[in-house]
Amino acid sequence: MPMRIHAALLVAIMSAVTILLRFLPFLIWSGRRKTPKYILYLGRVLPPAIIGMLVIYCLKDITFSAAPFGLPELIAGVCVVLLQALRRNSLLSILGGTILYMFLVQVIF
Amino acid sequence: MNRNTVKAALIRSIPVMAGYIVLGTGFGILLRGAGYGLPWAFAMSLFIYAGSLQYVGASMLASGASLLTGILTSIMVNARHLFYSISMIGRYRDAGRFKPYMIFGLTDEVYTLLVGGEVPEGAEPQAYRFLVTLFCHSYWVTGSVLGSALGTVLPFSTEGIEFSMTALFIAAFTGQWLESRDHIPALTGLLCTLVCRILFGPGRFLIPAMLLITAVLTLLRHRMEDTAEESQ
Repeated sequence: MPMRIHAALLVAIMSAVTILLRFLPFLIWSGRRKTPKYILYLGRVLPPAIIGMLVIYCLKDITFSAAPFGLPELIAGVCVVLLQALRRNSLLSILGGTILYMFLVQVIF
Repeated sequence: MNRNTVKAALIRSIPVMAGYIVLGTGFGILLRGAGYGLPWAFAMSLFIYAGSLQYVGASMLASGASLLTGILTSIMVNARHLFYSISMIGRYRDAGRFKPYMIFGLTDEVYTLLVGGEVPEGAEPQAYRFLVTLFCHSYWVTGSVLGSALGTVLPFSTEGIEFSMTALFIAAFTGQWLESRDHIPALTGLLCTLVCRILFGPGRFLIPAMLLITAVLTLLRHRMEDTAEESQ
């Protein structure tokens, strides 16, 4: 099969599978039938759990055994938590943490 | 769609703008290096719209991976989207004509923007969610096209700007922690993922983590529903 056609099929597959994964729960549970209580329960408790999962997911490649020992992430992460706790302004927390992190990895470490 | 809605959605999407443009640019450059130019970058970002899968996808295109590999990799990398959709069923229930696109565009970042914060006052809820999705998608496509067209990194150092995505999740985590009284779900997500990251390594911990989180939250269901009733 010519390389370009194969590549186009791969792109189509990646798109289709991703769309299917995103639509599947809606197709199964949001029709006219009543959504099961268990799914509603999961819908209520999953969001904080997933955001916790995403935090770890973003930090998955840190190694504590070699320089810089995850320090830039730790320092900038604490800065985001503090800004968010004190000012409750996501934009400010994200901007502040990112600028600090860029400074740390470009200049300090 | 009133002006307040557009304005509120634009402001809400700003934290994602820098990250998406820079990561999108990175993708465009990577894809060009793999031998696939601008139309490919544009099409992939428009139709797949899933950052980590597109990065993996660039190397699959370069190495001519089999279609079966394509299917399995897509499932492995993006299975977490099942979670997002499950917890958005309620919020998106009456999204009407916007709904298909909103489901299509439910990335990690869009999910985090929309699941936390309330809809700002004066904004139409579903139009607002639709626009946040649309703005983020357009940043991603713009970044990819930019990267592919330029073919090289920007003239100033953007090293570390990808932390804006991490910061987005940390800020959302902190925000919901401060606003909720029951911290068990948040701790479950954090600890289960951490345990799985240690046990399975950085490459393949996400699916075990999802299963473990679901199992723990299922086991805690009766306890959690009891506390929810008491606090009402």
